[in-house]
Amino acid sequence: MNRRDIFQKTGFTLLALCMAANIVFLGTILWFIVSRGLPAISWEFLTAAPRDAMTAGGIAPAILGTLYLTLGAVIVALPLGVACAVYLTEYSPKGWTVNAIRISVNNLAGVPSVVFGLFGLAVFVKGAGFGVSILSGSLTLGMLALPLIISASQEALIAVPQSIREASLALGASRWETIRKVVLPAALPGILTGVILSVGRAAGETAPILFTAAAFYLKGYPDSVFSEVMALPYHIYALMTEGTHPEAQTRIAYGSSLVLLALVLAMSMLAIYIRQRQRRTYHA
Amino acid sequence: MLSTADENPAARPPSGTVTLNAGSTAEGDAVGAEPKISARGVSFYYGAKRALKEINLDFAPRVVTAIIGPSGCGKSTFIRLLNRMNELVPGTRLEGEILLDGADITAPSCDAADLRKRVGMVFQKPNPFPKTIFENVAYGLEVNGVRDRLALEEKVEDSLRRAALWDEVKDRLRESALGLSGGQQQRLCIARCLAVEPEVILFDEPCASLDPISTARIEELILELKRRYTIVIVTHNMQQAARISDRTAFFLMGELIEIGSTGRIFRAPRDKRTEDYITGRFG
Repeated sequence: MNRRDIFQKTGFTLLALCMAANIVFLGTILWFIVSRGLPAISWEFLTAAPRDAMTAGGIAPAILGTLYLTLGAVIVALPLGVACAVYLTEYSPKGWTVNAIRISVNNLAGVPSVVFGLFGLAVFVKGAGFGVSILSGSLTLGMLALPLIISASQEALIAVPQSIREASLALGASRWETIRKVVLPAALPGILTGVILSVGRAAGETAPILFTAAAFYLKGYPDSVFSEVMALPYHIYALMTEGTHPEAQTRIAYGSSLVLLALVLAMSMLAIYIRQRQRRTYHA
Repeated sequence: MLSTADENPAARPPSGTVTLNAGSTAEGDAVGAEPKISARGVSFYYGAKRALKEINLDFAPRVVTAIIGPSGCGKSTFIRLLNRMNELVPGTRLEGEILLDGADITAPSCDAADLRKRVGMVFQKPNPFPKTIFENVAYGLEVNGVRDRLALEEKVEDSLRRAALWDEVKDRLRESALGLSGGQQQRLCIARCLAVEPEVILFDEPCASLDPISTARIEELILELKRRYTIVIVTHNMQQAARISDRTAFFLMGELIEIGSTGRIFRAPRDKRTEDYITGRFG
């Protein structure tokens, strides 16, 4: 074996080890959550409200709350983010302003989530007077998801070949028709990747909803966008830090973690399914 | 007189006939009928760099005009002026005027979208939309407000037939256009262009990425289309120009060197540079 072969072998082995480490970490986390969470799962756990000071019963209000908040965040961030990305890539003149905005957006993605929480408290809860509510929480989570959706959409739009834009314009379509009917559909799979990322992020965050949407415990289910909600991440946090029956609560916390994981996975799968179907139809 | 050689007197051929409509009719160089498109004194700049110099060129209706010349001679730049495609490139500037049926298309009052419905374009690389075959052809119609399903289907079939593609795709109209071969994709792009019912079709090296068999089919098609449309084709394949065009214009370094009937240009070029290019001495 000569030197080049040895280098190559060592290189590949290192890469394989890194990948294996990743899988081990991921597997451990999954195994840990599943093995401790599964015993807590039952039909009642998924469909009933908590009772006996959150030591028994289910987590249905928290599941519902997380669904509402995540959906709300996507509804806020998707149109806003895609519109922003379309403007930046298709309309604004290229130059330092666009670059500056792009850098700002990327920096926004790095802002700690508790800062978003404080922002939401000041602007939506107090400033706009929405109170601690699904609306305030969705808006705050939406702000958090915005940079993810903007950067994913920008990448997707830039990847659409100039030649099909020209094809559309050459047929007498306006720039707007070209964007709406050709460019956006072609960029949709990439945009959905942004949605997947932001769903995972929005569903799992605790800090942004701490002051804006989440309640420690609620008797009933939310009845409007101005209601407070329970949410899975905050519920887990509450179970582990408050209360007087640590054992029963830990069990429920692991169960809730498993449900949260499954929920995020299910929402991602939905987006992935839509993305794949789109690719099959349009990208041969 | 609308000379192309004002900039450089030495470039003026001895006979002095590199001029609009000035060729002797005996040699068939004249446009004859009222020109469909007429470029008058057209110069074009990318920033400070002049890509086209004082071009005067007429295109007769229902005639195939080929524009030949080496890479970088400005032939693609020129053809993209005829449907204002170069507007998309920032930092460019146009001088002179381009008349379509006598009306200046470079005027601010001329709507680019309306112009492009009348002057269609087929590009160098097949560029079907990432949509189904049907949607590709229907696209231009939908953009133009055709909503009726039946009318759309009829028009799509008609366009595909005229592009000699119908028999190959009639059973797979709902499949992605990207699954077609390169030659089929290019004929699809032609069908898509025909569906809008343009008056002029611009071909920008339409066979550059195709194999000889696909190329032959596209050429047959262009000859067929000539009966109804005014056709301008940019090509760096001289055999192709000779096979399908009625008139040939030779561009070199942004200048129109010579224009005339294809037979005359290839048989008896008047300019030394045309002759050198045609006989393969450069390019």
